[in-house]
Amino acid sequence: MIECKDLVKIYKNGDNETVVLKGVSFKIETGEFVAITGPSGSGKSTLMHILGALDNPTTGSYFLDGQDVSQLSDDELAEVRKKRIGFVFQAFNLLPRATVIRNVALPLVYAGVEKKQREEAAKHALLQAGMSEDRFYHLSNQLSGGQMQRVAIARALVNDPAIILADEPTGNLDTKTGEIVLATFEELNRQGRTIILITHEHDVAAHARRIIHIRDGQIIEDEKVR
Amino acid sequence: MRTSDLLEETYAAITVNKVRSSLTILGIVIGIGSVIAMIAIGQGAQASIQNNIQSIGSNLIIVSPGAQRGPGVTVSAGQGSSESLTMADVEAVRQQLTLAKAVDGELSRRFQITAKGTNTNTQVVGTDSNYPTIRNVEIDQGSFITDQQVTDLAKVAVIGPTARDDLFGAGADVIGQTIRIKSINFKIIGVTKSKGGSGFFNQDDIIFVPISVSQHYLVGPNTQGQSYVSTIAISAQNATDMTAVQDQVTQILMQRHNITSSQLADFTVQNQADIVAAASSVTGIFTILLASIAGISLLVGGIGIMNMMLTTVTERTREIGLRKAIGAHRNDISLQFLIEAVMLTFIGGALGVVLGWALAWGVTKFASVTTSISLSSVLLAFGVSAGIGMVFGYYPARRAAKLNPIEALRYE
Repeated sequence: MIECKDLVKIYKNGDNETVVLKGVSFKIETGEFVAITGPSGSGKSTLMHILGALDNPTTGSYFLDGQDVSQLSDDELAEVRKKRIGFVFQAFNLLPRATVIRNVALPLVYAGVEKKQREEAAKHALLQAGMSEDRFYHLSNQLSGGQMQRVAIARALVNDPAIILADEPTGNLDTKTGEIVLATFEELNRQGRTIILITHEHDVAAHARRIIHIRDGQIIEDEKVR
Repeated sequence: MRTSDLLEETYAAITVNKVRSSLTILGIVIGIGSVIAMIAIGQGAQASIQNNIQSIGSNLIIVSPGAQRGPGVTVSAGQGSSESLTMADVEAVRQQLTLAKAVDGELSRRFQITAKGTNTNTQVVGTDSNYPTIRNVEIDQGSFITDQQVTDLAKVAVIGPTARDDLFGAGADVIGQTIRIKSINFKIIGVTKSKGGSGFFNQDDIIFVPISVSQHYLVGPNTQGQSYVSTIAISAQNATDMTAVQDQVTQILMQRHNITSSQLADFTVQNQADIVAAASSVTGIFTILLASIAGISLLVGGIGIMNMMLTTVTERTREIGLRKAIGAHRNDISLQFLIEAVMLTFIGGALGVVLGWALAWGVTKFASVTTSISLSSVLLAFGVSAGIGMVFGYYPARRAAKLNPIEALRYE
């Protein structure tokens, strides 16, 4: 469960202050499928960084499963990301020249999990993300875009996180492949995963069950769809 | 993060770009290899020079004419000083010196020697029957010069094996044969055993004649018409007496030469330990010189490592961002890059030791220069190469660890 209260983010650049988030508050319950949308410059990326424990808000609090993670140090944030957050990026960000299995198991390397267990968990996650078994030992750069993104989704799943944060996951894919990836998210959500999708595309956001619209650092609409 | 995983990540990172990794390693290989080879050559030279000096005699003290060096100042002993030690000095030392086992006077000069149409230029040493005791010379065939032959001005010669080989051919039987020095015929009465040594320290390329003959017919007297010697060699009873003998000789000769201060003495008294120390310090400087030249190439290799690691960090910025996003701590990242650098230098160090060993072997084989590879230089090389990895890997590793994951992920 996620609870944000009055999130404010100010970037300082010399004497210039840019207020990117101007007091954002919302709750996301476990098992929800939420899309955060808004035009570029609206602050949705900044919000995603805070939700993903990649950055601290200037003021305000952010509770992840009851723990306030808004003012943690770099290494404490790394710990939060390691255990409770799974990322899916627009550019996939797979290790090149590494096998699918090794890519998916990478978060578990930093969690100190043994190699055998890592591979088991990676296979399990890959099946959940809809990858076929015959590609498990392919190198990541031999895959198609859709397959790469499913590997990335498997990587996000592998440490069994509280939330999966997907930042424009279909941005580098054609429409058809994008639909398949989005269907994967829907399927994962049906299995009870909490998914937060950051996108500026309306069609993509429409796959979620709740859409939070952001503009100029503020929530302008929070609607349940479906 | 587990150590085994860390090593696996490092292995993967190094093997991804094999050409670049090998070239970087090559820099370290050359650096370490040349350090090892240079130290081996230097230490080998030191060992062989020390061996040679040890073989010139036991508990040996040598008095030579000329200036004696005081601490910090060199006093010139004036003209003609190189002929200032006379035969009378030798006799006085022989009679007054209580702690000596044997004393001889030597008068050496190089001459052109001929025998049956062949000729060679070699050292002719005029000496007496004490020489073999003092200088550790052993006779292979025949006998050495006797005191009777010195008194009789007998024109006899004892020849070293190298001089014999040069004049008569290897292993020839030369006892009774004649050689000519300065147009005077000498009959060979003995051949010495080989003492080994090569190059500028060949102690076998030598011919001995009675000192009286050398003084009268070969070198001649000094400007005052006295028979002089170029060296007085003394063998002390045992090693602990060396200093006492040195002092005694100095006293005797100063008294005879009417010199009041040892600073002004017109002769130099050296013992073997001094000679060894002097030679060692020369070869020591030589070793340091060689090693520092090699060290520079090692430094260049280290900079190569740093360069490669910085390139790697820049190239893998997004990957670092990803690793941080999925939970890698700063330490995980910096350790990964540091280990990568250390691994490169360590592999380079190992190959460098092999290369250095091969170079040293080649030098011994083809240039006949003795080399010796010590365990300490190998360990030093490994330590230095790992150290270089740490030093030159530290900055790139820190740079990687400090990257902000958000910016790193966006990096194009």
